[in-house]
Amino acid sequence: MSKVSVSDSTLVLSGELTNKTTYLVYTESVKHIKSNEIRNIDISEVTALDSAGVALLDELQSLASAKGSLIMVLGASQELASIIETFSSLSLPLPESVTKVGFFERIGNEGINAWKNFTILLILASESFYWSIVGIFDHRSARKGSFYAQAFQLGTSALPIVALLSIVIGFILSLQSGVQLRNYGAGVFLADLLSITMVREMGPLLTAIIVAGRSGSAIASEIATMKVTEELDALQVMALNPLRYVIVPKLHAITVVMPMLVAFSILIGMLGGVIISVGYLDLSLANFVNRAIDVIVIKDLVISFVKSTVFAWVIVIIGSYYGLQVRGGAEGVGKATTMSVVNSIFAVILLDAIFSLLYL
Amino acid sequence: MKDEAVISTTDLVAKYGEQTILEGVSVDFLHNKVNVVLGGSGCGKTTLMRNILRLEQPFSGSVRFWGEEVTDMDEKEFNRILKRVGVLFQNGALMNSISVFENISIPLEQHTRVAPALIERIVRTKLSLVGLDHAIHLLPSELSGGMKKRAALARAIVLDPDLLICDEPSAGLDPETSAHLDELILDLKHKLNMTMIIVTHELASIHRIADRLIFLDSGKLLFQGTLAEAKSSNIEQIDRFFSVGKF
Repeated sequence: MSKVSVSDSTLVLSGELTNKTTYLVYTESVKHIKSNEIRNIDISEVTALDSAGVALLDELQSLASAKGSLIMVLGASQELASIIETFSSLSLPLPESVTKVGFFERIGNEGINAWKNFTILLILASESFYWSIVGIFDHRSARKGSFYAQAFQLGTSALPIVALLSIVIGFILSLQSGVQLRNYGAGVFLADLLSITMVREMGPLLTAIIVAGRSGSAIASEIATMKVTEELDALQVMALNPLRYVIVPKLHAITVVMPMLVAFSILIGMLGGVIISVGYLDLSLANFVNRAIDVIVIKDLVISFVKSTVFAWVIVIIGSYYGLQVRGGAEGVGKATTMSVVNSIFAVILLDAIFSLLYL
Repeated sequence: MKDEAVISTTDLVAKYGEQTILEGVSVDFLHNKVNVVLGGSGCGKTTLMRNILRLEQPFSGSVRFWGEEVTDMDEKEFNRILKRVGVLFQNGALMNSISVFENISIPLEQHTRVAPALIERIVRTKLSLVGLDHAIHLLPSELSGGMKKRAALARAIVLDPDLLICDEPSAGLDPETSAHLDELILDLKHKLNMTMIIVTHELASIHRIADRLIFLDSGKLLFQGTLAEAKSSNIEQIDRFFSVGKF
C-alpha cells in the first residue's frame, strides 16, 4: 500500500513504489505538485523500490522543478539510493526530437523513390533477360534439375486450379451469352464468341492472374526469405550470381510452361461452353468444334502466345523485384509477397489493355 | 527465502519423436543466485529451458515455480507466473515490425498501469543499462546481432522480474560489452534480489558471475553445485570443460 501527502513543501511518499503502485502514486503526486509549492520529495518511509518507482521519482522531480526550484529527494536509505543510482534516467541525454516531414517534401520523396524503384526494376529485368539468354547456352551456373523443378512448381502443380477456374469461367460466359443469343435465334454463334474470348482474352488473362496469385507470391516469398536469411549473400560470396542461380531458372521454366497453361485453360474453358451449347442451345458437338476452330486465325493464336509469355515474364520479374527489395524479417517477407501479387495482377491487366488496343 | 528453489524439476523427460533429449533431469535453481547451465552442444540445455517455460510439453516429470506445480497448470494461472519471469532468447526474438522502444514497452503496457510518461523513462533507463541509448527509435532490422541481443535483454528486465532466464547472453558480444552485461546481471541480482538462470559457454563469464553450476551431459544431469565444488568434483567431463577453455 502506498501513500502520498504534503508537509512543509515536502512531498512525502510512503509504502511500495513499484510498477504495481506507481499509477496511483503518480496521479496523486501530480495533483499535489500542481496545487502546492514542492521543494523536496521525502522517501524515508518507502519500503520497496524498483525501476518503475525510480522513473516515478525522476518524473516528479522534473515536473516539480519545472516550476523553478531544484527538487531534492530526501531520506533514501543506502539500499534505495543504490537502486536510484542504477535506474535513474535524469542523467541520460534527452531523446532526440523527430523532425516532421512536410506534405510537399513527402510527395517529392515519394516521387523520387518511385523513379528509383522503377529504374531498379528495369535494371533487374534487363539483367535477368541477359542472363536468361546466356543461360540457354551455358548451363554451368544453374542448379542441376532446377529447370524441371521450377517447371513443375510453376506449371504442373497449377494445373488443377487453372482447370477448375477455366471451366467455371467458360461455363458462366457461355451461360450468360447463350441466354441472350438464343433470344435472337443466334445460339449457333456461341462457339465463335467463346472461342475468340477464350483465345484472345480470357485464357491468357485468367491464367496470368492465377499464376500471379499462386506462383508470383511463391517466387516473392522464396526470394525474400533467401534475402532475409542471407542465402543470397552466401551465393554471392561463393562467386555465384544470385540472379543467374535463382531467378533465371524460374524465367526459363515459366517461359515454357505459361503458354502450355494458357492452351490448357482455353481448351478447358471451351469445355464449359460445350456443356451449355450441347445441353442448353441444342448445338451438336461437331458443329460447336468446327465453328470454334474456323473462327480463330493465326494472328489470334500469336497474340495469345505473345501475351501469355509477356505476362509470365512480368510476374517473375515483379515477384523477384519485391523479393530482392525485402527489408526486415517475417513481416518484410509478408509485405513483399502481398506487394508482388497486387502489382503483378495490376501490371498484367494493364498490359492486357495495351495489347487489346494495339491488336484489335 | 535464501537458498530456496525458485524453479525445481523432478525426473523431467523430454523427447522429440523417438529421440530422448532429457533423461529424468531433477534440478533446483536457487533464489537470488546466478544459476549457470552448461554442457556440450546438443546436451539439452535449451530443451530444458523450453520445457521449464512450457514452450514444449515435457514427456514426463514435473516443473515447479516458487513451489507451484506448473506442468498441468491452466494457461491463465501460468501467465500469472510468467509475469514474474524475464526471458532472453538466444537470437533476441525481437518483433521486427516495431521499434526497439515499442518492443521494450510491450510488457509495461500490457501488464502494468504505469503512466506513459514513466514508460518512456523506464525504457530509456533499461536501454541505457545495456548501452543502447541511441537505438531507441530504430527497428530491430537496423541493429547488429549483438545490439539485438542487448535490446532483448532490456525487454527481459523491463518489469524488474523476480527471475531472469538468459539463453547465451554473451554469445556474439565483444569482451567489453560481455563483461558489462555480467556486471549488470550481478547488479540486478544484488539490488533487486533477482534470480538468474544463465545458459552459457563463456568461461570468463562463468568465473565472473556463477554462484551455482548445473552441468548437463547427453540429456542427463551430471552435476549441480558451486563453481568450487564443480572444480573439485573430479568428474571427467567437467574437468575437460574447464581445462579446454583455459587460455
